[in-house]
Amino acid sequence: MKKFMLALVLAAMVLSLAACGKKSENGKVVVYNWGEYIDPDTLEQFEKETGIEVVYDEFETNELMFPKVAAGATTYDVICPSDYMVDKMINAGLLQELDFDKIPNAKKNIGAQYWAQSDQFDPGNKYSVPYCWGTVGILYNKTMVDEEIDSWNILWDPKYSGQILMQDSVRDLFAVGLAKNGYSINSTNEDELQKAKQDLIDQKPLVQAYVIDEVRDKMIGNEAAIGVIYSGEAIYTQRENSDLEYVIPKEGTNVWIDNWVIPANAENVENAHKFIDFMCREDIALKNFEYITYSTPNEAAQKLIEDEDIKNSPIAFPDLSKYKLETYLYLGEDADELYSKLYKEIKSAD
Amino acid sequence: MLRNKNKLMLGIPYYVWSVIFIVIPLFMVFYYGLTDKTGAFTFENVSAIATYEHSKALWLAVKLSIISTIICFFLAYPLAMILAKYAKGKSSVLVMLFILPMWMNFLLRTMAWQTLLENNGVINTMLSFIGLPRMTMINTPGAIVFGMVYNFLPFMVLPLYNSLEKIDPNMINAARDLGANAFITFFKVTLPLSVPGIISGITMVFVPALTTFVISTLLGGSKILLIGNVIEQEFSQTNNWHLGSGLSIVLMIFIIISMVIQSIADKDGEGSVL
Amino acid sequence: MNKILRRLYMALIVIFMYAPIGTLIVLSFNASKSRAKWGGFTTKWYVSLFKNDAIMEALWNTLAIAGIAAVVSTIVGTLACIAINNMKKKPRMLWMGVTNIPMLNADIVTGISLMLLFIALGIKFGFMSILVAHITFDIPYVILSVMPRMKTLNPSTYEAALDLGASPVNAYFKVVVPDLMPGIVSGFLMAFTMSIDDFVITHFTKGAGVDTLSTKIYSEVKKGIKPEMYALSTLIFITILVLLILVNRTPADEKIKDKAK
Repeated sequence: MKKFMLALVLAAMVLSLAACGKKSENGKVVVYNWGEYIDPDTLEQFEKETGIEVVYDEFETNELMFPKVAAGATTYDVICPSDYMVDKMINAGLLQELDFDKIPNAKKNIGAQYWAQSDQFDPGNKYSVPYCWGTVGILYNKTMVDEEIDSWNILWDPKYSGQILMQDSVRDLFAVGLAKNGYSINSTNEDELQKAKQDLIDQKPLVQAYVIDEVRDKMIGNEAAIGVIYSGEAIYTQRENSDLEYVIPKEGTNVWIDNWVIPANAENVENAHKFIDFMCREDIALKNFEYITYSTPNEAAQKLIEDEDIKNSPIAFPDLSKYKLETYLYLGEDADELYSKLYKEIKSAD
Repeated sequence: MLRNKNKLMLGIPYYVWSVIFIVIPLFMVFYYGLTDKTGAFTFENVSAIATYEHSKALWLAVKLSIISTIICFFLAYPLAMILAKYAKGKSSVLVMLFILPMWMNFLLRTMAWQTLLENNGVINTMLSFIGLPRMTMINTPGAIVFGMVYNFLPFMVLPLYNSLEKIDPNMINAARDLGANAFITFFKVTLPLSVPGIISGITMVFVPALTTFVISTLLGGSKILLIGNVIEQEFSQTNNWHLGSGLSIVLMIFIIISMVIQSIADKDGEGSVL
Repeated sequence: MNKILRRLYMALIVIFMYAPIGTLIVLSFNASKSRAKWGGFTTKWYVSLFKNDAIMEALWNTLAIAGIAAVVSTIVGTLACIAINNMKKKPRMLWMGVTNIPMLNADIVTGISLMLLFIALGIKFGFMSILVAHITFDIPYVILSVMPRMKTLNPSTYEAALDLGASPVNAYFKVVVPDLMPGIVSGFLMAFTMSIDDFVITHFTKGAGVDTLSTKIYSEVKKGIKPEMYALSTLIFITILVLLILVNRTPADEKIKDKAK
């Protein structure tokens, strides 16, 4: 019996060693992106067209990504952080300036309004190229909620106890608590934060779970009635479950941009530029948009969308002037610490 | 014989390996745990366990892992007795039956429990089918205990089985011959003789249960923070290695205490699973 | 009555142990991508599994890391056993104490401590860092399963071999190592199993683009498990099950097994 197992183990080893070891001629590019945030076909196409091997790794939240990059034990060539995180990484000296001559598609295809928006966290647009953008809002199931939702307050309604999904990352969680009270989602005022924290603690018994990407599966599977979600997921989830509806609450919310950046310690800088340029190509941006359904800032790609419903969708391309929107800003180390402390208090509350 | 000195030389790869990869890393945890960001000595990261959130997470972890250990024990003991008594000739098949699930990836198995326990999960669907009300099972401390029991039960069964199997049946027969009834035989003979297995089983369940962050993440919906979660988050999210290391030191102290208790109770090391 | 109770009890525990595995198998035939919905019967995931590079690569990584780590730790561990066994009491206690650290310490602390070391040494996270970490926690399992055999060795067989003219090294390999073999084999298998099942330590020491099945599953749990993963686990389960049945049915193997005891 043992000998048999031994033989099995050894056979498996030989097989696995034989499977190892593919190399490509033009080097590689190590990409660190959000989970389910790209059409895998585009990666394959990039490998085919350029001969550069893509090593692809994923993170769940900005906060989980930062320590890995800061520790430097894994060197990435291209990363996709959000607005405030770009600022934080610039401040920490973790990013390098991009050479826009090598990314001609970026300035050509990406709309001026998005460059203006990213100027808030990347002054002069030196370090980052917008990839996707969107809002944070409420997704609800019309068969379980029979009222019109237009406010964050619904998340405190005891009627929906055990049916609510909240985001499991510091800024997105606090944004809800702050916006509900009419405060800025970039607040550093301790009283406001304490109030938001207390509200979120009061809400905790009603919350089914704090989730990140699982919110999608759970909403599709009717596991919950209401969930806080990124706008990009809304189109995808509606496709799978037509009972779902997305709204931007009237108190206002976060409008975010995720951006391609190159870390200072990147080993394949040349390839990284090629990768970013490739992602800015209109046909590739379109492919990615259709696959992940997150709004693209690539105006050339927007024009190529064939489905009129999607092209004019108020979810994918909302009229921003109608809502009270703010982009997250990096608030400095002290505020970061305060946020983490209060976040831990929420998570450990009953 | 090979000369003694030469034999001692054979251990060199291991000496080097264990110093570099076991001893030094532990010192690094202590170094980070006892310094602050500027590198100055501080006891703050360790005493941070006293803050409300941390002590609560520790207390909850202790509570849930004790409950799980007790449940595991009471589930495993009868099973181990049955296996030891009836499964001897064909032991491999029956015992294997209980070890086999361990070879499936534990994350997948735990995740499968999500599907079973969910609000619209298999169990609730069955409940409502036979007309019973649905229950909220997922994302509760109960679900975490459930996951711990499920994952660590084999670690309790195996050492118990090993120590029960070693008991000479003549001892039990002798006790019966001398007039002891089944109850007395159990409490006076079987139970005392299985103490090494019990102790080893308890530590093998308690330590991983106390320190887990995976089970609480998967079955607790991130609503319940155990000490393992706090430490993990300090490293992977908050990026405060000093605090994370300080809390790890506290965790190690807890483990050392339970080990000391074990070694006092199990002097001969008979309870080893191997 | 007693028998019925006994059977019932065993059956309940078996159900408890196998319910999630059954669920995984059922899900592997579910045509819907979401595990919350039953979309009809399909076997397409078994086809797409072999085309899914990410999962296949994670599988190979898992096997390669577990295999190499088990081989290295078996060699290092067995040598260490011979050495430790010949030590005086104090150093022996010391080294056995060191050996016990990774066994008894929490996985999370072991993982973190190795992560801190690798970062301090400037080692890049990747295949090698995971491998080193796995060897580190595998060695104690080897030592702890070889050590008991070491104690039961009969020194006179070795001396007899020497008297018959064998060189010390030769005698060692011809006489002592075969005696240790059952311990070495179970140490090897134990190391392999522990390595395959490890998540926590790998989680802290892995780098970009290198995933084992465990870390792959963990990241998929968060964003929705790919049905191919259910197909893979069903295949693994069936492979192990079939092997066990085969092995237990064959009389020739029965003997080997008894010998190995």
